[in-house]
Amino acid sequence: MEEAADNREQTQDPQTDESVEAGHAAENVTEEELNPICIEIRKLNLFYTKHVHALRDIHLDIPRNKVTAFIGPSGCGKSSLLRCLNRMNDLIDDCKIKGKIRIDGEDIYHKQVDVANLRRRVGMVFQKPNPFPKSIYDNVAYGLRIQGIGSRRILDEIVENALRLAALWDEVKDRMDANALELSGGQQQRLVIARTIAVQPEILLLDEPASSLDPISTLKIEELINDLREKYTILIVTHNMQQAARVSDYAAFMDMGNMIEFDSTDTLFTNPSEKQTEDYITGRYG
Amino acid sequence: MNSTAGSHGHHISRQYNADLEEVKKHMLEMGGKVEKQLADALDALIRADSGKASGVISEDDVIDSMEMKIDEECNLIIARRQPAASDLRLVLAIIKAIRDLERIADESSKIAKAAIKVSEQGELPNGLIEFRTLGQQVQRALNTALDAFVRHDAEAALSVVQDDQDVDNEYAIAMRAMITYMMEEPSSISHVLNVLWALRAMERIGDHAKNICEHVVYMVVGTDIRHEKLENIADRLSG
Repeated sequence: MEEAADNREQTQDPQTDESVEAGHAAENVTEEELNPICIEIRKLNLFYTKHVHALRDIHLDIPRNKVTAFIGPSGCGKSSLLRCLNRMNDLIDDCKIKGKIRIDGEDIYHKQVDVANLRRRVGMVFQKPNPFPKSIYDNVAYGLRIQGIGSRRILDEIVENALRLAALWDEVKDRMDANALELSGGQQQRLVIARTIAVQPEILLLDEPASSLDPISTLKIEELINDLREKYTILIVTHNMQQAARVSDYAAFMDMGNMIEFDSTDTLFTNPSEKQTEDYITGRYG
Repeated sequence: MNSTAGSHGHHISRQYNADLEEVKKHMLEMGGKVEKQLADALDALIRADSGKASGVISEDDVIDSMEMKIDEECNLIIARRQPAASDLRLVLAIIKAIRDLERIADESSKIAKAAIKVSEQGELPNGLIEFRTLGQQVQRALNTALDAFVRHDAEAALSVVQDDQDVDNEYAIAMRAMITYMMEEPSSISHVLNVLWALRAMERIGDHAKNICEHVVYMVVGTDIRHEKLENIADRLSG
């Protein structure tokens, strides 16, 4: 990763003009109105090895408190892009990243960035539910305890709120000490989302969160995404185009590491401007 | 997108290709049938031919059945395939266009009913054949609308939208001629009233042909130009 770090462009001042302006803003103006862009991606290139160029000159502004869906064929780079946003790719040997990603104006690849704190701010949920082999309660409280929160009263409150937000509270409130692995797949995935939102992230990255679930559990996850959109900026990678059309406000179509088209979901699914997007979402030969 | 929009094939699912082609074919068959209904109704009126007019009225049930069948096919495509982008716009355009076609057939039946009443009163005097131009105009509008649908030709569709003003003008001219005729020949009022109903039906047919063309523009370029002023349409399409 040293080589990877060397390849990153460094910013001197991670604060942008927008965030400076935020201090002078009038009251009653929401963060969303004041600073509608949450994540700025500029000329992002990702190489897994010298020969595998996974992302090519990605330029994208992700709107705040909206759901943005990434669609595209397998290997198009959508999951790689998601993993760049909380520096999960740092864990991969020989991975090199060029370009810039700013979250709230701050360059997340700046050498002074605390990666653990970044991953708290940018939570991630994977395709396969991965609860810890602990009680339901301990799963949700896990990140909080790592942060040093020991008060049972505070933990109880945050755990309950997180489970309520994840639409799981009513199903588990009477068995908080039960092992999380006893839950169904859909419940486990909502538990993982509760665990992620318990540490109060700003951004949720969902990498195929419903692809291993049955249709009813999938709909519950989609309903949950709908409920969470007011509080979080949500990015979702999905192979299910109808799911992208149902849950997202904005959609991005990627192919072979390129960002082909980014637009409002309404436009992308009714009148895309690129032929490649049209062919993909209508199920034609590329 | 226009270059590919005309073809609704090339899906990975061949059955999906077949389903879309089939529903499009059925819609055009319905269009052809409606064109014939209109032509027969106008001819029956000019010739005061009650036999031909009765044929138009009895065939209206066939058009209604076609509309319901195509509606059902579209419903199944939406339920099974969840069409997107140009496919979605095609299915939506068909659902809307067949409604207008069915209404054109209804208006043709009204013309046919007027023709039967006219025939009961004898042939129309020459002065009452003023509706022929209007009839030709709306026939041309319907024909162009269906052609534009087949060829995915937004420009041709737009020309019908623009020409609808001419249809309205011709309708006003024919109305004035009828009123003049009634003033000159008060004994012909009941005769003329039948022609007035038919004129009104023709003008409505022009509106429905225009509607179909608006659906074609939406289908081809994805822009909804309904309720848009003529002078703004070009800006909407280029913007």
